[in-house]
Amino acid sequence: MSAAFVAPRFNARAVWAIYRFELARFLRTVGQSLLTPVITTSLYFVVFGAAIGSRMGEIDGVSYGAFIVPGLIMLSVLTESINNAAFGIYFPRWTGTSYELLSAPISPFEIVCGYVGAAATKSIILGLVILATASLFVPLHIAHPLWMLGFLVLTALTFCLFGFIIGIWAQSWEQLQVIPMLVITPLTFLGGAFYSINMLPGIWKTVALFNPIVYLVSGFRWSFYGNADVAVAVSLAATFGFFAVCLSVVWWIFRTGYRLKQ
Amino acid sequence: MTAILQISNLSKTYASGLQALKPVNLDIQRGEIFALLGPNGAGKTTLISVICGLVRATTGSVLVDGHDIQRDYRSARSLIGLVPQELATEMFETPLATAAFSRGLFGRPPDPALIERVLRGLTLWDKRKDRIQTLSGGMKRRVMIAKALAHEPRVLFLDEPTAGVDVELRRDMWALVRELRDAGVTIILTTHYIEEAEEMADRIGVINKGELILVEEKSRLMAKLGSKTLTLQLQDPLALLPPELAQWQLTLKDSGHVLEYRFDTNAEENGIPGLLRRLHELGIGFRDLNTEQSSLEDIFVSLTGKRAEAAA
Ligand SMILES: Nc1ncnc2c1ncn2[C@@H]1O[C@H](COP(=O)(O)OP(=O)(O)O)[C@@H](O)[C@H]1O
Ligand SMILES: [Mg+2]
Repeated sequence: MSAAFVAPRFNARAVWAIYRFELARFLRTVGQSLLTPVITTSLYFVVFGAAIGSRMGEIDGVSYGAFIVPGLIMLSVLTESINNAAFGIYFPRWTGTSYELLSAPISPFEIVCGYVGAAATKSIILGLVILATASLFVPLHIAHPLWMLGFLVLTALTFCLFGFIIGIWAQSWEQLQVIPMLVITPLTFLGGAFYSINMLPGIWKTVALFNPIVYLVSGFRWSFYGNADVAVAVSLAATFGFFAVCLSVVWWIFRTGYRLKQ
Repeated sequence: MTAILQISNLSKTYASGLQALKPVNLDIQRGEIFALLGPNGAGKTTLISVICGLVRATTGSVLVDGHDIQRDYRSARSLIGLVPQELATEMFETPLATAAFSRGLFGRPPDPALIERVLRGLTLWDKRKDRIQTLSGGMKRRVMIAKALAHEPRVLFLDEPTAGVDVELRRDMWALVRELRDAGVTIILTTHYIEEAEEMADRIGVINKGELILVEEKSRLMAKLGSKTLTLQLQDPLALLPPELAQWQLTLKDSGHVLEYRFDTNAEENGIPGLLRRLHELGIGFRDLNTEQSSLEDIFVSLTGKRAEAAA
């Protein structure tokens, strides 16, 4: 035994251990993890793209089937980010194994890096798989691929942080489900995934601008087709803003030990 | 050499207002086996949880090999292994994966040979690729020990290691504790069995209602605690204690049906043969007799009683 072991400044091994452990869980059930969203997305294309889309005109010069692709990806990435990250940290709290996280020589920042990093990785893979599925149904054109990836990564990270917060706040499996179901799903459907908010009548268009998801979908769609409901800079600022809010809440959680330490 | 664990003025009051730990001062020496002995709810888990980072202290400080558990938590925690009282495992993982994970979490480089040694030592090697979910309760506890040992801690906390554990595991656990001690690991275990503290520990701290009542070398404590009670069920009730029995300081109970004699197990003469002979001479017959170790309760009463006397 090496008695002269010196604790590192940044416990990268711990971050890696958490990251790998979490991803291993995902890989064990990878078929199931990816099959469901792929089937769901395909159904959306059959219904909205082919059946209804053929009767709809183009939106901003893009066929309806292609128009909904960015929104559909966002829909899945948002939901899965929250679910994955919330489950990832709630599960050890529920089984009691979180004692080990608290007793290990790791900082809160490192814990977040491990859990949120792993959850975001899963969401990004999922987003890319859906994108690939979509390309089987509609001709895809990506105007700004790097921006597209950038929005995808930022969104995944932000909503994984948000999910992490829910996973720490939740005291039961019901509470774990309630925010994604009651808040996120409606906001996403009303967030312009299936239509341009410019198609909404006057007052509703203003109301829609209070929905943060509008900015994500709009920015993401811009990276595909070069046109957006709101200015790209505004989309980016809104996403970063939400990211910063989530980060501050996580920082507060660990500083106060909220729901983690007595 | 300084103590490996220096606990100063450490106390804990939970949010509910309950003071689970009154200010504790305690030094744990390098390489010793220390038993915290106390009934349920005494504050044993609370004390361990504060040291290991699971619970925030209300007052006081702890140094682990000179490292403060708050300011220098990375160094302090790197030295500590914890096996909590409650069974908690990653149900869907394997013992091998979960032990390797624990090692990583503590910032140690992968060492498959060491993990193998630890798993073999706990007879988990054959089950290393089974889902933990499918293992028995005893095996799950072994998994928790393997996780705690995977990063080669210098100080190991075992919270009620043998509560609800089968005989085999208990025996293995004790063997393991001795082996670790021989390797220089300091061990702090909690228990509410006097026998266990007696069997395992070098030193014993007695804790009750959040207060560390005393800390003694085991042999000294056992001498203090070495009283037993002999109970005699009499054939015919006695109205009064005969003066011929005065030297034994007996008590008469149960309306004269029961005679009780408290004696010191460490004394050379416990007085029992003489007492039985005298009873025979006096024609006092008994139907049954038994002796009992003083209970933890009795001991606390006598310890706290003594303390009160000393203070008066
Ligand atoms: N999280 C908590 N919140 C409030 N009270 C607690 C908490 N944990 C333990 N206690 C109380 O603190 C006291 C000491 O508990 P504990 O340290 O678990 O004792 P022991 O391990 O000796 O059985 C008990 O009265 C217990 O009910
Ligand atoms: Mg306890």
